[in-house]
Amino acid sequence: MSEAAATSMAPSDGVTGLVDDWTADKQTYHVPWGKAMMWIFLVSDTFIFTCFLTGYLNVRMTTTQPWPPQSEIFALSFGGAPIPLILIAIMTFVLITSSGTMALAVNYGYRRDKFKTIMFICATAFFGATFVGMQAYEWSKLILEEGVRPWGNPFGAPQFGSVFFMVTGFHGLHVSAGVIYLLWVARRIWAGYYDKKGFEIVEIAGLYWHFVDLVWVFIFAFFYLL
Amino acid sequence: MAYVPLADQELELHHPHSWVTKYVWSQDHKVIAIQYGGTAIAVGLVALVLSLLMRMQLGFPETFDLIDPNSYYQSVTMHGMIMVIYLLTALFLGGFGNYLIPLMCGARDMVFPFMNMLSYWVYLVSVIILLASFFVGGGPTGAGWTLYPPQTSMAGTPGHDMGIVLMLVSLAVFIVAFTMGGLNYVVTVLQYRCRGLTMMRLPLAVWGIFVATVLGLFAFPALLVAAIMMLFDTLLGTSFFMPAVIESGTALDYDGGSPILFQHLFWFFGHPEVYIVALPAFGLVSDVLSTHARKNIFGYRMMVWAIIAIGLLSFIVWAHHMYVSGMHPYFGFFFATTTLIIAVPTALKVYNWVLTLWEGDIRMNAPMYFAIGFIFTFIHGGLTGLFLGNVVIDLPLSDTYFVVAHFHMVMGVSPILVLFAALYHWFPKMSGRMYHEGMAKLHFWCTFLGTYAIYLPMHYLGIHGVPRRYYALGTTEFMAPATQDANTAITIAALFVGISQLLFFINVFWSLRNGEKADPNPWGANTLEWQTPDTPPIHGNWGDKLPTVYRWAYDYSVPGAHEDFIPQNTPESVEPTVDEEHFDPDHDQSKADL
Repeated sequence: MSEAAATSMAPSDGVTGLVDDWTADKQTYHVPWGKAMMWIFLVSDTFIFTCFLTGYLNVRMTTTQPWPPQSEIFALSFGGAPIPLILIAIMTFVLITSSGTMALAVNYGYRRDKFKTIMFICATAFFGATFVGMQAYEWSKLILEEGVRPWGNPFGAPQFGSVFFMVTGFHGLHVSAGVIYLLWVARRIWAGYYDKKGFEIVEIAGLYWHFVDLVWVFIFAFFYLL
Repeated sequence: MAYVPLADQELELHHPHSWVTKYVWSQDHKVIAIQYGGTAIAVGLVALVLSLLMRMQLGFPETFDLIDPNSYYQSVTMHGMIMVIYLLTALFLGGFGNYLIPLMCGARDMVFPFMNMLSYWVYLVSVIILLASFFVGGGPTGAGWTLYPPQTSMAGTPGHDMGIVLMLVSLAVFIVAFTMGGLNYVVTVLQYRCRGLTMMRLPLAVWGIFVATVLGLFAFPALLVAAIMMLFDTLLGTSFFMPAVIESGTALDYDGGSPILFQHLFWFFGHPEVYIVALPAFGLVSDVLSTHARKNIFGYRMMVWAIIAIGLLSFIVWAHHMYVSGMHPYFGFFFATTTLIIAVPTALKVYNWVLTLWEGDIRMNAPMYFAIGFIFTFIHGGLTGLFLGNVVIDLPLSDTYFVVAHFHMVMGVSPILVLFAALYHWFPKMSGRMYHEGMAKLHFWCTFLGTYAIYLPMHYLGIHGVPRRYYALGTTEFMAPATQDANTAITIAALFVGISQLLFFINVFWSLRNGEKADPNPWGANTLEWQTPDTPPIHGNWGDKLPTVYRWAYDYSVPGAHEDFIPQNTPESVEPTVDEEHFDPDHDQSKADL
């Protein structure tokens, strides 16, 4: 490869861009390493959640008892009339909203508006913490009032509780870790750590956060609607 | 902020200040590599001793009181798990991956050295948890290395209480460690190569480690999920994998789980795992063969595409481990077909190794002995794989010693021979001293001939129907009287091979003190790690300036060159170029000579 060809690094689009990226002499992707690493980690994490959901579908087929009626179990009563899935609808709304605030944080990060970036990151973390709090409320209601346990429940197949606690618990851990991660990033922005390095870190944290939201959409669909 | 390519950014290296940050909590990829390698080899020795205990029992039943039936199963389980995951995976990827990727890519370190360091320490924790299971009540799990439910958690299985829990926790911790290291390896290869080093100029060692790490990142999640679910079954009494079971007349509290689900999850990890071990071996052996044959690797591009094809195919063959579990015949047909298709790129690689040797100026150094030995054992193990890949032939051979012989040949002996080839090959760079050549060759002959003495007779035992995993065979009608004699002979060979591994350790420790000072490039190799300004390379690897690459890694015996090798960082103005990217068929040098 001649010197001129080796140094031409201008990104192009589509398949040509992909081939250029992969055969380039330094970096395969025209992004900071942290972003590439986060993407690859997220693909790996996708495999984890896919295995969880596949396992869930499988035990739902093999179990010998009827699957409990989720919409009734997850209903909340306001003034007497139970509204099915209302809590989960609010939780989903909160989490999706947090994706919006995260996107704003990324935007302000690239504009180098530190104050607004930190504010929106903290708003995102707040929504995330709210989500986890509501999940804790949902869990305690299921455990204390409905008598659902990982090993059995009064409504039918014991796998219902097993899968529910395992999958939502694993997702809840992801959200909690994300909240800590976001606050840590915010603190470092505050301390001026990224002033010289650039604010890609906000986008990298954002990738993780959007992923966690996206996974929730699948869990919501597979678990509460199916 | 405008985006700045990595090579133009200022490099941030963590600079060690004390002995502890330099050698213990080190972020230097070379130190981490040696930590990984040392731990893996140490725990591998435990597994070696376990296998010898099993062989003593099989070869001389009722002679030794070393193990009872329970500890026999525990040995089977721990031997398999340690060898496959804690030794081979950790040594190839954590050891050689860490050492070679930054050096061969012309980088100063991994992209994220701090996480790389964490990777090793978390791996060490997983090893400690695993070894702790030897000391808990009930001992380590004896469920067989595949840990199939429901028997893992039933009262008859040794270690069904604490042993299995520690095993599963250890696996989960290992996966965390692997993910942290693996992300580093993949991203370093993708983003941190030095100027001029395109993907298609990478040494095959890096390609093998790279693709294997990608496989690991996508295969280990299945094992993690299986481990978590089984932990729930064991600790919380859930029924993911446990159907309704009756144990000694009492019905257990399980209902409606699917043991087959575990098998699918386990093998969705387990088959790519075979290639997580094999692909780095393929890559390393390609470089060793090419260097010591003083000839370019035959069909470099084909070799790369074969690695990628094997990697992709390895995700759609897993159920060939489950033929006897029962499946729809069409699924059996599908998985048998994909299994046999994988033999095509694999055979291609073997042909290319042989053709690399063809008419080469072969230097019979110790690494070359091991590399050529690998070709033999790998062909051998690969051919028996064709038998087992077919459903109808697999069914009678399943769970016999034929299977044991097959996978030990293809996944045990072959990668281990490559490991020794690689350890001897890179020892001068890692330590700055030469190993003892005679002792290394003696080590080769003992290992190579010894393993054949172990595993060849096992094929015959298997075809006779001798079942595996039996503590004692006793006297049965279908087994030939010579079965016991064969077993005794195998045990003697196994003890011989086990003890002869001491030669390796004596050689290493002797050479570290008394070995001849090594030349920076003793083999006359082209790849970048041999071109470092210091031997062994110091922190930061390259001094003031990163290397620039002008050619592929295999310019050996180029006509018109000053020497029979041209390092990758030699400019075109100094030496001629014939790398494949430039290969011009109209000016074919070899034809011009004719």
